[in-house]
Amino acid sequence: MSRALEVVTTGPLALVQDLGRPGHAHLGVPPSGALDVPALRLANRLAGNPESAAGIEVLLGGFAVTARASCTVAVTGPPVAVTVDGRPAGSHVPVHLATGQTLTLGRPDTGLRCYLAVSGGIDVEPELGSRSRDVLSGIGPPPLEPGTVLALGAPSGIPDGADTVTAPPYPHELIVPVALGPRDDWFDDAAHQLSAPWTVTSESNRVGLRLDGPALARTATKDGEELPSEGLLTGAIQVPPNGLPVVFLADHPTTGGYPVIAVVLPRALAALAQARPGTTIRFRPYA
Amino acid sequence: MRWLRYGPDAALVECGSPAEMSAVRAAVVAANLPDLIEVVPGARTVLIAARPGSSGLDQARAVAESADPDNGAIGEPREITLDVRYDGDDLELVARTAGVGVDEVIELHTGATYTVAFTGFAPGFGYLTGLPEPLRQSRLDSPRTRVPAGSVGVAGEFTGVYPRSSPGGWRLLGHTDAVLFDSRAERPALLAPGDRVRFRSVR
Repeated sequence: MSRALEVVTTGPLALVQDLGRPGHAHLGVPPSGALDVPALRLANRLAGNPESAAGIEVLLGGFAVTARASCTVAVTGPPVAVTVDGRPAGSHVPVHLATGQTLTLGRPDTGLRCYLAVSGGIDVEPELGSRSRDVLSGIGPPPLEPGTVLALGAPSGIPDGADTVTAPPYPHELIVPVALGPRDDWFDDAAHQLSAPWTVTSESNRVGLRLDGPALARTATKDGEELPSEGLLTGAIQVPPNGLPVVFLADHPTTGGYPVIAVVLPRALAALAQARPGTTIRFRPYA
Repeated sequence: MRWLRYGPDAALVECGSPAEMSAVRAAVVAANLPDLIEVVPGARTVLIAARPGSSGLDQARAVAESADPDNGAIGEPREITLDVRYDGDDLELVARTAGVGVDEVIELHTGATYTVAFTGFAPGFGYLTGLPEPLRQSRLDSPRTRVPAGSVGVAGEFTGVYPRSSPGGWRLLGHTDAVLFDSRAERPALLAPGDRVRFRSVR
């Protein structure tokens, strides 16, 4: 039979993700894709795949799969216990699975999302050029469930052990570099207001991080003004009328009618993907 | 036209009018610049995102600044006619608010030619401009928790069609069987920015 994995258990949410489907925002289609892009790329390299291959984004562990064929797998993201048929195997290293063996991910102590890459990549049917599940618009394969069988592509490369890293735990406080604008002029001293400590709330998901803290005050001239809908990008910090910012992540709506005060620099997005509820965020404007 | 910074690799082009927005969008799209990742129209803006480290934004700016606001469409715009059963739950509310009869609401809505100005809200949802003045009405005070796919509605200066079932606050005039979005189709969205749209009443 063809190469495949069978899902045994899932934790809160396990989704197929690759590097997403940018380029369709004008049709209302979010970019989607892995939230922690460097982690997916690393997992793919370790498994001998192109960095763009589809893997599995596992929220808060509790995930197990059985190999229906011999394959190489790698788990990245926060440090997490990985076992094969109950024996410790380690994260951030290539691991071989023989047919019938079961790989289990424990629950990470820090961070949110682990990435599992499998030699050959997850080979579900792409939609708009990507295999990613977009939770906002429902495009892509549905969330994985026990019993889901995932076909694998043909292995293409040699597992790369050279850039194996020891994963650091994720911090409780993040300094996040941002570029002010495009609508920072809607707020009194945007840089100062943004520098307050913000707390990640449990309302956060792949669409965006919802933050709690001192409500951002608009300038008097913009108070009550409506903004005609305009385009949004990943990392945009949008401020709804209640003044509590939302940092948009990969499954964000493509347009929105509230001002974007600043945009998170792309290199800081991976850390936001791992920010648990309760994490403190400080935005630091970048010249 | 004003260029506003949108992170390190993108710019929000704020235009003086919807016509200028359409012209800028059409010119940048027609230039087919390989370093651009997204060109996203809004009601008065165009968001342009380029490959990090590329000169895509500079190239886009040169194209945008030479765009002709009197020529928003480059090439022939696509024309799409949508068959609508005008039996929406808010048809009478819209008629009452406009101070006309239901038949006249249908005449007004089918008599106009619309342009897909921008998209958003859901894949395949186009905000159509060109709505006759009497039909420009506010959203419902309390949005519906579920609006069926294919529902044709109006809100503010826009009319549009819900591509799939979702919550929504637009006033509903009727329903179309047209498929607005199919991610596996060659053209996934029936309506794309710049397209011209007409509605036809069917029973």
